Amino acid sequence: MKYVLLFVGTMEDQERFENLSQEDLATGIEAAGKWFEEYSRAGKIVGGEQLKGPQTATTVRFKDGKPIVTDGPFIESKEIIGGFAIVQVADLDEALEMAKTWPAGPVEVWPAVER
Amino acid sequence: MVRIIGNFDIAEEVVQDSLLAALEKWPEQGIPDRPGAWLMTTARRRAIDLLRRDQRYAEKVALLERSTVSPEPVEADDRLRLIFTCCHPALAQEAQVALTLRAVAGFTTQEIAAAFLVSEPTMAQRIVRAKRKIVEANIPYRVPQGTQLVPRLDAVIAVLYLMFNEGYLSRGPGAAMRRDLAEDALWLASLLTRLLPDQAEVLGLLALMKLHLARSRARFDAAGEMVLLPDQDRALWDAAEIADGVGLLHRAAALNARGPYQLQGAIAAVHAESASWEKTDWAQIVLLYDSLLGFTDTPVVRLNRAVALSRIASPQVALGEVNDLAISLGGYHLFHATRAELLDEVGERALAREARLQALELCHNPAERALLERKLRS
Repeated sequence: MKYVLLFVGTMEDQERFENLSQEDLATGIEAAGKWFEEYSRAGKIVGGEQLKGPQTATTVRFKDGKPIVTDGPFIESKEIIGGFAIVQVADLDEALEMAKTWPAGPVEVWPAVER
Repeated sequence: MVRIIGNFDIAEEVVQDSLLAALEKWPEQGIPDRPGAWLMTTARRRAIDLLRRDQRYAEKVALLERSTVSPEPVEADDRLRLIFTCCHPALAQEAQVALTLRAVAGFTTQEIAAAFLVSEPTMAQRIVRAKRKIVEANIPYRVPQGTQLVPRLDAVIAVLYLMFNEGYLSRGPGAAMRRDLAEDALWLASLLTRLLPDQAEVLGLLALMKLHLARSRARFDAAGEMVLLPDQDRALWDAAEIADGVGLLHRAAALNARGPYQLQGAIAAVHAESASWEKTDWAQIVLLYDSLLGFTDTPVVRLNRAVALSRIASPQVALGEVNDLAISLGGYHLFHATRAELLDEVGERALAREARLQALELCHNPAERALLERKLRS
């Protein structure tokens, strides 16, 4: 079954991330990279991306059927999505085990619709 | 059935149907030699009927028709799988409790709603949502293995303990109409000790429940009024149950894996084995609370420790400790009730009355309310 792992955080997390020293940033990126690499090698990861900061996001919403483009993410401004991974695993427990080893903060685990 | 069918809704429906069929047929035809196997066969047939109507489960029908009735021991495993699925941490804890009662203990939705004082549609929705999540998120139907077992077992134990407390605390004359959650929690806990005999905390949980239930007969007087521990007639306590509980704690201790439920069981055992409130080994109880704080440092544990402390130190010292908990426990009626008792002991009658009034305002349990009102009148 497919799950999407959303790497989430708060605006404060984002600020902390942006103000990391070169060294700490490199260590963090390396840890996350290693996570992706290991699970990809095990055939568990189908896809995934790191996202740019929330100040770069744009939302298209609809009012009376007409699209309206606005600056910023749609979700509550206090929360952000830093990235995501699409994983192919047996069940929720396996997805949760992967989430528990993510080195960079909270993870939301969403099951994907099967077609 | 869940394992074979892989669909929680249908599996539960057919199990309920088969139990109904059993209730109709067994009195006429007698109980079959292997009742478990009979139920499985009936449930399997019923599942095939239901699934045939549903094209999406076509491949599962094939699986069911191939499957044969398993020997008895597998049923115990199935029940254990069911408990772990119902108590999966991906479900809200209130849903875990409701599902366990529904799927493992066989409560009706109406009975669960009554036990938790919510409306039947609310409870039905809670159960439907939880079942849907099990299916949609693909929560596995299995007993966790290796390092995953103990943390998952903690969730199961927490559910059973919550179930027990809900039943035990709401006991009393007014609750007689409701199905007894405490008895069912005890049954589930003893089932768990048989399925996982080497888990010390499961034994500790069962011991704790037994030691509390052993005091049942002394908790209400002839007039139906609640009687607290210091005033209970200890001759009414069930000595056999107490011995059972203490025996379980010894078995748990031999496994060398201390935990919060064993410690709470040990505290209950000290009380159970004391000749009177005055002769209680309070120093031992304070020590046990200190160990308990090492596992779960919560304001409620600190409150209970303060009560024990008042017996070996002084009510003034205990009152100081209790007052420190005012911010975290201000909304908890037993905080104010405990404070009232200690204030009485140091002669602060007016302040005690004030605290008791606050306790009354926060308390919803009829038996406890009656007790507070009685104390306010005296």
